[in-house]
Amino acid sequence: MPKKRFDPLEALATTPLAKAVASSSIGKSVATKLGVPPSVELRRGRNNPGGAISLAELNNSTLTRRTLQLLGLFTINPVIDTPDARTLGEAGRPVPPGYEGRLGALVLDLTELRAVTDLEYVRGVLRPAIRALERSGRIIFVARTPETFDELEPRVLAQGLDGLNRTVAKELRGGATSNLVWVDPETTPQALASTLRFLLEGRSAYVDGQSWRVGAAEVADDVATSVRPYAGTIVAVTGAARGIGAAIARTFARDGATVVGVDIPASGEALARVVNEIHGTALQLDITLPDAGERIAAHVAERYGEDARLYAIIHNAGITRDRMLANLDEKGWAAVLDVNLAAQLRMNASLLDGRAGGLADGGSIVGISSTSGIAGNKGQANYATSKAAIAGLVRAMAPRLADRRITINAVGPGFIETEMTAAIPYLQREIFQRSNSLAQGGKPVDVAETIAYLADPASAAVTGQVVRVCGQALVGQ
Amino acid sequence: MTDRTAVVVGGNRIPFARSHGAYRQASNIDMLTAAIDGLAARFGLSGHRVGEVVGGAVLKHSRDFNLTREAVLGSSLDPHTAACDLQQACATGLEATIYVSNKIRLGQLVDGIAGGADSVSDTPMSVSDGLRRALLAANAAKTLPARLAAISSIRPGHLVPDPPGITEPRTGLSMGEHQALTTSRWGIGRTEQDEVALASHQNLARAWGEGFFDDLVTPYLGVTKDQGVRVDTTLEKLGALKPVFGRGEGATMTAGNSTGFFDGAAVTYLADADYAAEHHLPALARIVDVEVAAGDYTLGGEDLLLAPTYAIPRLLERNHLLWQDFDYYEIHEAFAATVLATLAALNDEAYCRSTLGLSGALGEIDRSRLNVNGSSLAAGHPFAATGGRIVPALAKLLHQRGTVDGRPARGIVSICAAGGQGAVAILEAC
Repeated sequence: MPKKRFDPLEALATTPLAKAVASSSIGKSVATKLGVPPSVELRRGRNNPGGAISLAELNNSTLTRRTLQLLGLFTINPVIDTPDARTLGEAGRPVPPGYEGRLGALVLDLTELRAVTDLEYVRGVLRPAIRALERSGRIIFVARTPETFDELEPRVLAQGLDGLNRTVAKELRGGATSNLVWVDPETTPQALASTLRFLLEGRSAYVDGQSWRVGAAEVADDVATSVRPYAGTIVAVTGAARGIGAAIARTFARDGATVVGVDIPASGEALARVVNEIHGTALQLDITLPDAGERIAAHVAERYGEDARLYAIIHNAGITRDRMLANLDEKGWAAVLDVNLAAQLRMNASLLDGRAGGLADGGSIVGISSTSGIAGNKGQANYATSKAAIAGLVRAMAPRLADRRITINAVGPGFIETEMTAAIPYLQREIFQRSNSLAQGGKPVDVAETIAYLADPASAAVTGQVVRVCGQALVGQ
Repeated sequence: MTDRTAVVVGGNRIPFARSHGAYRQASNIDMLTAAIDGLAARFGLSGHRVGEVVGGAVLKHSRDFNLTREAVLGSSLDPHTAACDLQQACATGLEATIYVSNKIRLGQLVDGIAGGADSVSDTPMSVSDGLRRALLAANAAKTLPARLAAISSIRPGHLVPDPPGITEPRTGLSMGEHQALTTSRWGIGRTEQDEVALASHQNLARAWGEGFFDDLVTPYLGVTKDQGVRVDTTLEKLGALKPVFGRGEGATMTAGNSTGFFDGAAVTYLADADYAAEHHLPALARIVDVEVAAGDYTLGGEDLLLAPTYAIPRLLERNHLLWQDFDYYEIHEAFAATVLATLAALNDEAYCRSTLGLSGALGEIDRSRLNVNGSSLAAGHPFAATGGRIVPALAKLLHQRGTVDGRPARGIVSICAAGGQGAVAILEAC
């Protein structure tokens, strides 16, 4: 994992001058005078792009076409930039061919990418599409997972697409995003559908420049296309009283789940408000108790019957105790590791041991990693350790849970606008939240939507993945 | 008539806060709504039509004539949930429990919520009778001169507002003064009162530390624990306090061994046993039997706060139980001396024979079974909320205990009330 040794923006934000300016009331007007543009309102929710979806297929690949057909999405042929297709513009410069009107998305099926010369086709379809892409438009690459190739050239080319995707994401404007989906030779349209739909819809608003893998799994047609995937399921969300946790609870409830909201007893009032709003149940519980997992299972069995099982557990609860290592004592170190990591290991063990109210086979676990864990962050040694460990946890546990068809994944939020981040002084916050390709902070719902996508029964082929929800933050991978 | 079983499913309350503090802006409706909402969240009742919600307040504004119904409408419960206000001074919460459990036992309800709220901070005040009569006359007057005449009858003294009565209307004595008479009559000493207070604080603090209240209390307005509990109090500290009730040598009642003024609300969720089983609701304890009683404290010179001593023997006899047959005793600590006088009276041969008409004293109880997780001296006593504090907590204790000598664990709740009244209930573990 490449690590950024020096982040000039962060360094700037922490200078005494920046802090002084930021804490003053004129901070906002200074930022305005500096010409910081207002950020684009991102398309969110279960909404497809407004414009057409262009499908570019290399070498007769059909996986993506069949997937989009399964989802009932119509596509148009791509406009391809070739020397012959160009016209002469006003200054006598050649102008590439263009789309009629704004383009909603370009989906590139590159699963049959085999030779370096194939890449010219990729450039040819990207150029007109990027020029025509609407606000919050989408570029989606579908490619073979490099490790699934034996031959050298396709394998390295597939890896090369990772750099291309991240660059496209940085070049796009107006809230448009680019992401890369790795697929296996065995990946079916049913297995891929949830991922393509998530990426096309507004639910993936703040996921940008990312790449993750969709493997193989049996997914029925009606599961693959459901827009209320959690109907009849019970989902537990820790830290559900406020911020991202509350958004997760609401998102799962919107998609049909009965939500068990878990939070520390002291947050009970806010937890009750969230839970009552979505007709769930509240469990006031400190997740660091040794029997926290047992208590969650007992709550499920007691409230919903001995036969009831959790479909998913979302380990959202987490804390920070920021200190430079030079000032970090054993208490600040242990508290963060216990809540963010050890508690999760203990709860997983209890919920996976087959007890009443525990996690059902075919269910899902989602954890929260973080940009800090991926890139490291000054003053967050404890937090970064715990969050990198969560990324390691999902990768390690995914194969172990495969025979029970349980998926385990994590999201890695970047700068998300919550009560917590609202407390950061204006200019500092402005710098932090603009240090990504979408030039804005994410909303709690963006993290929630990504988690709901990962836990979706239709995403049975997605496991062991860490998907960042960071607008392609400048730091980290 | 059917004979169903009424069980305590659980409960919820907000932490009890010192008056004129954290809840000073909260009304009885606000607090009762919060208590109901916390309960709804715990048991998934949001949007659910509960059979009936019954509650009340002792310090009640006249505009809150539908206090409980208003709280229901402000809560997450289905607005089709009916509600009823009732009031029996400090026994309001327990009387509400009796009301709901009886309807369940009669098959008239499958579930119901019983509770109460009280705010000393948001106490109602009324205008004086003189001002009230003048305004009513002015309102009824048909001509301008008649109206002016009515208004001109108002005197400056009429403008002084009337705070709610804190004295017994028939004796003019405050509750503390009444208890002081009882304390002295029964020879209850200062140290034993302070010991009751100390145990209350220590037991409540331990219960909070053990997480006992994690599924009984939902924080409110930033308050996460009962504000009355003093973790660090000692017999020395309690012993140093000056008496506030009684006179001279016999003055033993202090702010430390008497309940102070608190704001709070509490509710108990009850259901038919079969309904609870079918709907995946826990059954903690069953309401076995209840009894209310009143004493003649006006002309008869009886003790104001010892009415439970009338109810207890009647209840025991009807259920073929002895006073010693309980695993937990919850005797509301209006004052430490109230608890001690109640125990002393039931152990007093003469009192039991002559006043209660029994064949002999009921005897002593094992004090280690009394108020094991603290009571009103530590938790505070927002009058109508106390029943809703005690019943779910006792039900949880009984359920945790399970069986004793092959029979279900058994507990008794005793709450004394103004007007020389008392309410008592027997619960048994499910």
